[in-house]
Amino acid sequence: MDAFTNTIEENKTHLSKLDNPIGDGDHGHNMSRGVKAASEALNSTPPKTLSEVFKTVAMSLISKVGGAAGPLYGTAFLNMSKYIGDNETLSKEQIASMLEEGLNGIKTRGKATTGEKTMIDLWEPAVNHFKENGTLDASIIDDYVEKTNPMKATKGRAAYLGERSIGHTDPGATSSGLLFKTLIDTAGLS
Amino acid sequence: MNGIILVSHTRGMVEGLRALLLEVAGDIPITIAGGTDEGDVGTSFEKIQSAINENPADMIYAFHDLGSAKLNLDMAIEMSDKTIEITNAAFVEGAYVVASLIGAGADQDTIKKNLDPIRIKNR
Repeated sequence: MDAFTNTIEENKTHLSKLDNPIGDGDHGHNMSRGVKAASEALNSTPPKTLSEVFKTVAMSLISKVGGAAGPLYGTAFLNMSKYIGDNETLSKEQIASMLEEGLNGIKTRGKATTGEKTMIDLWEPAVNHFKENGTLDASIIDDYVEKTNPMKATKGRAAYLGERSIGHTDPGATSSGLLFKTLIDTAGLS
Repeated sequence: MNGIILVSHTRGMVEGLRALLLEVAGDIPITIAGGTDEGDVGTSFEKIQSAINENPADMIYAFHDLGSAKLNLDMAIEMSDKTIEITNAAFVEGAYVVASLIGAGADQDTIKKNLDPIRIKNR
């Protein structure tokens, strides 16, 4: 989580910049507020179980992000926490299933699916790729993030822009890409 | 008793709207959640939870402005035992119509009939 907080901090301005033309320009700052709160919560009272770690992150994101990303990421982490249950280590297959539970949470919460230019356009192909191949790397993640660029948004704030959302990379997919890259580096997804 | 919850990205918006509603219905329960916990632009899950808990009505009509307001409302409603309807109505017009009807003692069927034509949010 500390690694994800650092990468969000490094990319805060970039994320907000992406959010400017097609959203309200605050995604980076919202995410930064959320992940900082999560890191603080984890460091001040370290959870006893892996499941608790994910739950703590979920509650911090839900209460601190302030934008739509809060309930979306929050639900993903809550679902992943439930999947983890009593496990303290996870096999690759279990990590894949855990991420799939996270993805399902985002879909249910956002009532969204693929092709709508949202974070789901990162999560779904990334989860599927990991499930099928047992590996993921940063260049594949970047590729999925870039694929949101030519999409026309039909969900979220960018949907109000219709055709004009084309040619902008989705900020939610970008921040999700950072999360997956962090997992590649720290949780053995490579 | 019927009541209203207003959720928006700024505190000023819900405070102003509540003041308007109290003009037509001075004694109905209206609770609000506007802005983030830090007072910035955004919505707060905790503020929405408090607005739900503080509202004494058995049936609560919820009005929201945009995006995260709806997602946070959805979560807060899932975690509450109260009966809450996200109206998806035009924010100002919807809340005004419902406040007037609650103030006039209208039943839930009448409220529904008047709300249906101004439900405008589908995303």
